[in-house]
Amino acid sequence: LLKHVRNISRHRTFLNMIHSFSRILSSKRNIGILSLMGGSVAAGFLLQREHASAGSPLRRRYPASSEYPDLRQHNNCMASNLTPAIYAKLCDKTTPNGYTLDQAIQTGVDNPGHPFIKTVGMVAGDEESYEVFADLLDPIIKERHNGYDPCVMKHPTDLDSSKIHSGQFDDRYVLSSRVRTGRSIRGLSLPPACTRAERREVERVVVDALAGLKGDLTGRYYSLTQMTEKEQQQLIDDHFLFDKPVSPLLTCAGMARDWPDARGIWHNNEKTFLIWINEEDHTRVISMEKGGNMKRVFDRFCRGLKEVERLIQERGWEFMWNERLGYILTCPSNLGTGLRAGVHVKLPLLSKDPRFSKILDNLRLQKRGTGGVDTAAVGGVFDISNLDRLGQSEVQLVQTVVDGVNYLIECEKRLERGQDIKVPPPIKQFK
Amino acid sequence: MTKNCHNDYKMKFTTDEEFPDLSLHNNHMAKVLTKEIYEKLRSKSTPSGFTVDDVIQTGVDNPGHPFIMTVGCVAGDEESYEVFKELLDPVISDRHGGYKPTDKHKTDLNFENLKGGDDLDPNYVLSSRVRTGRSIKGFTLPPHNSRGERRAIQNLSIEALSSLEGEFKGKYYPLDGMTDAEQEQLIADHFLFDKPVSPLLTCAGMARDWPDARGIWHNDNKTFLVWVNEEDHLRVISMQKGGNMKEVFKRFCVGLQKIEEIFKKHNHGFMWNEHLGYILTCPSNLGTGLRGGVHVKLPKLSTHAKFEEILTRLRLQKRGTGGVDTASVGGVFDISNADRLGSSEVEQVQLVVDGVKLMVEMEKKLEKGESIDGMIPAQKFVCDPQEEDKSIC
Repeated sequence: LLKHVRNISRHRTFLNMIHSFSRILSSKRNIGILSLMGGSVAAGFLLQREHASAGSPLRRRYPASSEYPDLRQHNNCMASNLTPAIYAKLCDKTTPNGYTLDQAIQTGVDNPGHPFIKTVGMVAGDEESYEVFADLLDPIIKERHNGYDPCVMKHPTDLDSSKIHSGQFDDRYVLSSRVRTGRSIRGLSLPPACTRAERREVERVVVDALAGLKGDLTGRYYSLTQMTEKEQQQLIDDHFLFDKPVSPLLTCAGMARDWPDARGIWHNNEKTFLIWINEEDHTRVISMEKGGNMKRVFDRFCRGLKEVERLIQERGWEFMWNERLGYILTCPSNLGTGLRAGVHVKLPLLSKDPRFSKILDNLRLQKRGTGGVDTAAVGGVFDISNLDRLGQSEVQLVQTVVDGVNYLIECEKRLERGQDIKVPPPIKQFK
Repeated sequence: MTKNCHNDYKMKFTTDEEFPDLSLHNNHMAKVLTKEIYEKLRSKSTPSGFTVDDVIQTGVDNPGHPFIMTVGCVAGDEESYEVFKELLDPVISDRHGGYKPTDKHKTDLNFENLKGGDDLDPNYVLSSRVRTGRSIKGFTLPPHNSRGERRAIQNLSIEALSSLEGEFKGKYYPLDGMTDAEQEQLIADHFLFDKPVSPLLTCAGMARDWPDARGIWHNDNKTFLVWVNEEDHLRVISMQKGGNMKEVFKRFCVGLQKIEEIFKKHNHGFMWNEHLGYILTCPSNLGTGLRGGVHVKLPKLSTHAKFEEILTRLRLQKRGTGGVDTASVGGVFDISNADRLGSSEVEQVQLVVDGVKLMVEMEKKLEKGESIDGMIPAQKFVCDPQEEDKSIC
């Protein structure tokens, strides 16, 4: 039912756009809109589009074999999947905006590996990258998303938070709850490739829409170039401020260009709903609060997202989404839901148990330090979140986190009482 | 002519929408780039597809440097200097003391024209060094070149350098192929260059694909060194301990000319024209691309109130002994020529030789507690460094 509703609203959006806004009659965006009219039609259209508007071949004075990167020291998903044959097939192709394979893989060539995690090693410069470079991206997606096959599978989207049960954790263990995702604005290139004008357009579109949020979502925007020192300090104290990326994974992909032009932070007055603009994605949307009321966090998340979507659609825009890959984001690791739902939870005893990692694996959860992806835990407090992004819906993933965290807390309590714990059976991958 | 799809796509946006925000910027590019110039240039691209946004990206991303006024733009190929001349000519003029688009640059690599330079006091002058860069015609430059091009440059360079003989006989060490022992030796010799960390370089795309096709060649005597595919196609360095700049410069000139011969034979001579001299990635290195300098002990002179003025008048610049972004340690300074374009190699090294000699004498005077007021030089001019009272040509 939900998907049917989405299709209707998209169709209406399509009509609104054609009739109401002359600006969107640039060929670029029309292509984007037309692509959502049904599966095989879209696929056929996209294939034609790739040949029709991709422009002349790239400057190429050397054969593909001379250009093929040296990946012998590399350990990332791109390096594992980019064969010389695939490189030769794709190296002269461009997306309609002119984005190339070399640009898409640059971050993976420049960053052979990460000490803790197997990085993806490739980004998308625009929505079409996922089509034009599908021969490389599809196997990468399959590897990164544990066997999800974009050629045959469909990704379910479900933002009906009322379906979540048992979503309130014991506050003595769960210090804070948070759900984040990303959204891209269809018709504009992604951070690795966007021009200054496009980036500014993303900012304009999103900030304009956010100004329409009401009630507990009422808030304001702080542009990185305009904020006062006082505002900056407050944002730092609230742990909201994001800074120019220093990670070479991001800088080598071109995402920090023109910093801090058109970057900013929006948050509601209650400081429970936060949006980053033009960092690693067009937008990152975060719902959070202290304590263990994950249900309320997810309620607000879904409500806020849907409201933002409605507001941008009113103005003739929409999010990048398709039924093969779900929400389209810069990094293939964030496709599908792009959702990371997590808690900061105290597990001093359980974390020392040798079965801890296995328990997490079976619950399809991952642990991080409380500083984020590249940090270690402090004082037995862990950041626990879902492993998966693609192939399951938002509701399914949040329920997985809810069930998993409840189980972990139960284990911790049992250990406190001197009782033994059990490793749960592994959860099925794709439901 | 290569079609640049991405640039065509960008043209759908207006100049106002694309023009960078340079309100906080302090570099040569930001001072020169107006909307009018940007409007004129944004639809253009060089035959290899380099655009004005590519040229200026490093300057947009790096508003300023604490110690120096950076250039804020780079060339992607030889043609950049022609296609984007509306921007680059004024930048070159600002950076190179008013050098005009109609000026001609003199190249003089005849080491016999250098007077003196073999008698700098080794008690003060710890080491002497001359470096320059060379770009190989027919290839695009480090901000823009592809892996295939970079590898071709490396192969050509290895072929050229391995044919050198006598005092120039040496060996190539590719960055991605050296043994641990070789690496440690190169570090101990202060020869090894590492992946650039300066955002001035990384934002211009010069560190892409590192360390693919990068390497170091040096002669067995360790007095002549060539970097391949760092900030330029080639960086050529002649150096030795002590103050015999004459010998360093001779080796520099002889070695460079030998290398150039070999590249010419392969139909890939060096990029050069009579207006801009040797073409390099950064506009600051046009002309001779030469930085000739010494590490010299000037603990007293460096704290003298007139030190900066003396350097300016002598047309010299100071750096810390760690290079361009460092401060001095223990009163030891890296003193080198400030000019690159509009004077020849011989003229620039002459300024270093004469200037350092004078400063060492000043230092000795200050050690004895004597005044140096009578020794403060008049302003040197590049067109005639011998005559001190000539007006600017």
